[in-house]
Amino acid sequence: MPVQCSSCGERRAMLKRPKTGHSLCKECFFWAFEEEVHQTIVAAQLFKPGETVGIGASGGKDSTVLAHVMKVLNERYNYGLKLILISVDEGITGYRDDSLETVKRNQQQYDLPLKIVSYEELYGWTMDAIVKQVGLKNNCTFCGVFRRQALDRGALMLKVDKICTGHNADDVAETVLMNVLRGDIARLRRCTAISTASEGEGVVPRCKPLKYAYEKEIVLYAYFKKLDYFSTECIYSPNAYRGYARTFLKDLESVRPSTIMDIIHSGENLSVREGVKMPVQGTCSRCGYISSQALCKSCVLLEGLNRGLPKLGIGKHHRLHDKILTKQPLTEAEERKLRKSVDF
Amino acid sequence: MESPLPLQSLRVGGAELLFDGVKEHQVTLPSQSEPWDMKQLLVWIQRNLLKERPELFVQGDSVRPGILVLINDADWELMGELEYQLQDQDNVVFISTLHGG
Repeated sequence: MPVQCSSCGERRAMLKRPKTGHSLCKECFFWAFEEEVHQTIVAAQLFKPGETVGIGASGGKDSTVLAHVMKVLNERYNYGLKLILISVDEGITGYRDDSLETVKRNQQQYDLPLKIVSYEELYGWTMDAIVKQVGLKNNCTFCGVFRRQALDRGALMLKVDKICTGHNADDVAETVLMNVLRGDIARLRRCTAISTASEGEGVVPRCKPLKYAYEKEIVLYAYFKKLDYFSTECIYSPNAYRGYARTFLKDLESVRPSTIMDIIHSGENLSVREGVKMPVQGTCSRCGYISSQALCKSCVLLEGLNRGLPKLGIGKHHRLHDKILTKQPLTEAEERKLRKSVDF
Repeated sequence: MESPLPLQSLRVGGAELLFDGVKEHQVTLPSQSEPWDMKQLLVWIQRNLLKERPELFVQGDSVRPGILVLINDADWELMGELEYQLQDQDNVVFISTLHGG
C-alpha cells in the first residue's frame, strides 16, 4: 500500500525522514533538505557576500552532496560566494585515484574550479609509501593529520576565505562519542562547533554546513538526484576503534533515530569545569602551523618517516621535540623504542 | 506453489567487496510454497551471494544498521521492511553507509 507524501499530499512518499519521522516524496524531500541546510547557514552566519569558499571534495557522498547543495543555495539565495573544489590526493592507488576521477567529473558537472593538492608534493610521501614503512596499524593517524594540513595548504594557495567540509550529523555524533571514549576534553569541547575561527596563520576558518543533516538523508539525496559519487571503502581499512563507535551509534540509531541529534545536543551544551588543564595553542617552530607542542603533529610524523622511526609521532614523545629541532642525535635507547612498529 | 520470481535487479552499493566486487546481480528466486518476502530474500542472499564477512551485511534477521534498503527506489521503511512481499521485476538496492564518505 503506497504511502502518500505528508507534505504535499499528492505524490507517493519515497522515504521516511529519520530526523522528523515524516514520509516525503522526492520533490518535497529535496526542498526540505536544501532549506534546512540554508537555515543552518543563515542561523550560524557561516558566509558573507563576496567570500571565496573552498569545498573540501573527496568524491564521496558527503562532499558531493555538499558541493551540489552549496551551488544550488548560492544561486537560489544569492549568497554571492565564489565556490572552489579542493581535493587532497593522498596517493592511495586503487582508491583515491579513482575517487579523484569522480571529483574531476563533478568539476565539469557543477562548473566549479578544482584544485588538487597531493601528499607527495607537500610531504614527499604518498600513503602507499607510508603504509609500506609503517604497516596497517597507524596509517590512519598519518593520513588524518596530513589531510587536515593539506586542505589548509590548498586553501592558502587559492587564497580562499573559508573551507567547508561535508561532515554530517552522524559524523559529529561519532566524534563526540570518540572524544568521550578517549578522554580528549579539549577536542570534546570544540568538536560540535559549526565553524572554527581562524586559529592562526596558515589555518583557514572551517565550517560544516551539513552538521545537522543525517547520513541517511545525504545518501538518499545523492541517490535520488543521481549525483555522481564514489562509494568504495579505503583499501587501507578503516580505523578499528572508530569502527566500534560507528557501529554502536548505528545500532542505537536504528532503535531511536533521534540519538544522533541528542548526542550532538549533549556535546554542544557540555561545559568544562574551570581548572581542567587544556593544551595551549601555539605555532609549530618548524613550519608555522598551529600546534600545542614545539613541533606540530605533521612535522613530527614526517620526521619519523624520514628518519625511519615511524613511532616518533605515535603516542607522546614531546620531550624529544627539542632534540629534533636542534638536530641533536637521539640515544640508541630512544631510537630502539621508536623503530619498532606499534600496536594500540 | 508459486512460480520462480525474477527480480529486475539487485544492487549492493558500497558493500560490493562482500559480494566478490560485484555491484549488480541478476537474480531469479526459486519457486517455493509461500510468496517471497524481504526476510527470506536476506537469507537467500546470505546463502547464495554473500562471499565474505556476512556479519558486515546482516545482523539478526535484518540488514546491519547503517545499510539503507530501497525497494523500487523507495525507502523500505515505508514498505513494511522485512514483511514486504516481493513482486515480479522488483528492483532492490542496498546502500552501505558504514564507511567514510
